[in-house]
Amino acid sequence: MKVLVFVEQRGGKSKSSALEALSVGARLAGSTADLAAVVVGKGVEGIAGSLKGYGADTVYVVDQAAFDLYNPVAYAAAVEAAIKAHGAKVVVGLAAPMTRDLFPRLAARFDGGILTDVTAVELAGSNLQGVKPMYAGKVLAKVETQNAPVQFVSVRPNTFKAENKGTGNAALSKLDVAAPADSRIKTLEVRKGASERPDLTEAPLIVSGGRAMGSSDNFKILNELADVIHATVGASRAAVDSGYASHDMQVGQTGKTVNPNVYIACGISGSIQHMAGMRTSKVIVAVNTDPEAPIFKVANYGIVADLFQAVPVFTQKFKALLEK
Amino acid sequence: MKILVLLKQTPDTESKIQISADGSKIETAALKYIINPYDEFAIEEALKIKEKAGSGEVVIASFAGDSAKELIVKGLAMGGDRGLLVSADGLDGLDSLSVAKILAAAVKAENPDLVLVGKQAIDDDNMHVGVMLAELLKWPHVNVVTKLTLNGKTAVAEREVEGGQVEVYELELPAVIGAQKALNTPRYASLPGIMKAKKKPLDTKKPSDYGVDAAALKAAPKAVVRGFTPPPEKPAGKVFKGEDVAVMVDKVVKLLREEAKVI
Repeated sequence: MKVLVFVEQRGGKSKSSALEALSVGARLAGSTADLAAVVVGKGVEGIAGSLKGYGADTVYVVDQAAFDLYNPVAYAAAVEAAIKAHGAKVVVGLAAPMTRDLFPRLAARFDGGILTDVTAVELAGSNLQGVKPMYAGKVLAKVETQNAPVQFVSVRPNTFKAENKGTGNAALSKLDVAAPADSRIKTLEVRKGASERPDLTEAPLIVSGGRAMGSSDNFKILNELADVIHATVGASRAAVDSGYASHDMQVGQTGKTVNPNVYIACGISGSIQHMAGMRTSKVIVAVNTDPEAPIFKVANYGIVADLFQAVPVFTQKFKALLEK
Repeated sequence: MKILVLLKQTPDTESKIQISADGSKIETAALKYIINPYDEFAIEEALKIKEKAGSGEVVIASFAGDSAKELIVKGLAMGGDRGLLVSADGLDGLDSLSVAKILAAAVKAENPDLVLVGKQAIDDDNMHVGVMLAELLKWPHVNVVTKLTLNGKTAVAEREVEGGQVEVYELELPAVIGAQKALNTPRYASLPGIMKAKKKPLDTKKPSDYGVDAAALKAAPKAVVRGFTPPPEKPAGKVFKGEDVAVMVDKVVKLLREEAKVI
């Protein structure tokens, strides 16, 4: 099966989970000749080399000034060119902001099928079969593409393993793509975020605070804990709506869906909407004064205590442990 | 300026989602439906744009069954001018591209300056239809928008991406904009608004009115849902209480290290 993997990059660096998508692509393609990757941007040729060994013989690179910043119309033209160059029937990407913006446009362009944010995917004949959480993760749906000349799938970050099997040369193949001349959309700028931490959707470790944090200042103790274990700090909707945390930190139904190895919920009761965003976390730790809080039903480990007492102890203990 | 807002009816977020005995579908009989929460931000933004301009028309539209009428009326009660329901029997579970094709035909007929949608629906969480609609119309789109400023026939839209980064776009209208939570605070419908809404026009159209063969789309879907399963049960966790906080934290840290092996 001819498979193309869209390798997301920002600022000349590929996303840390991009190799997970590439490994999914390698499994679906079956042979290195059938797997190709595409990187779009400016000054991104170097990324091709970093993909060596992950199963693709070819890396298409669209490396031009016009593609410096993400633009849905320009990037769609670039990936369209790579799909055609490779003859791809399956296109794989990450369920991250760029790909989730880009793939539906391409699926419509190719009159294709699309599966989004899957936690499992395989081929069934010439169709893609996937599993995706729906209804806030309350059910898992079996989804399948059909009648699709080209099919697109985005995989949930931190779900699939990135495996360097030492196969595939990842030889660079430059594609010359003209950015659409009549494009009615221009990317003016990309403003840097305040946080230098990994994004919540990709973070392997997350410390989150709820309404019980009481103020934005109090998030300081979560930041201190996060610094020690290299985690990203999140928040519940209640904390965001109370003005304790910024909207882009919100985990849950109207915030971000996260999938870390460890999710430490501090003073979060665990509403259905919050669980929607974090229930696929591999290990959940809850700290709450209310022993009846629903968060304890999904937590692997829980402590019934005041977070203001427990969090600084966590910070100390982890520090001691990691310094060993 | 004419603004079309597209809403989807989604189960209330508190709903218990029941899978049918054979696993083929979700039991919908007992579900309470609401306007998809992100679509409320889209409605609010349309009303604000109209209020700022001092004129214009806000059309609240949906492709759905008859039950969505109630939700369109809710949008009219918030301040929309006119409702449009595109409906046909037997089209439940149509895939996102087919829905986008039907909506694209309706949008062409309405010929608005701007289409506002929620960034995604909270039932399938796909984030497909708004973007596909833009592609089918060959219009620009910006999704996950947290700030929108209109300037005649152009707009500046800010889009939330990862790590707190913000992408800023300038685009020409007509365009499709997908609303994210931080865009605004949706208003409640006032009592006079609710009274007035009942008298506002609400047209019902069929896909065939727009020249779309919905049965053909239904017969050859690009994606199908094959069935549902509940998520795997998690074994009960270890919850500590009533001990010294430091002792309890120590136990959890040890478990994270030795049992879960994640730190």
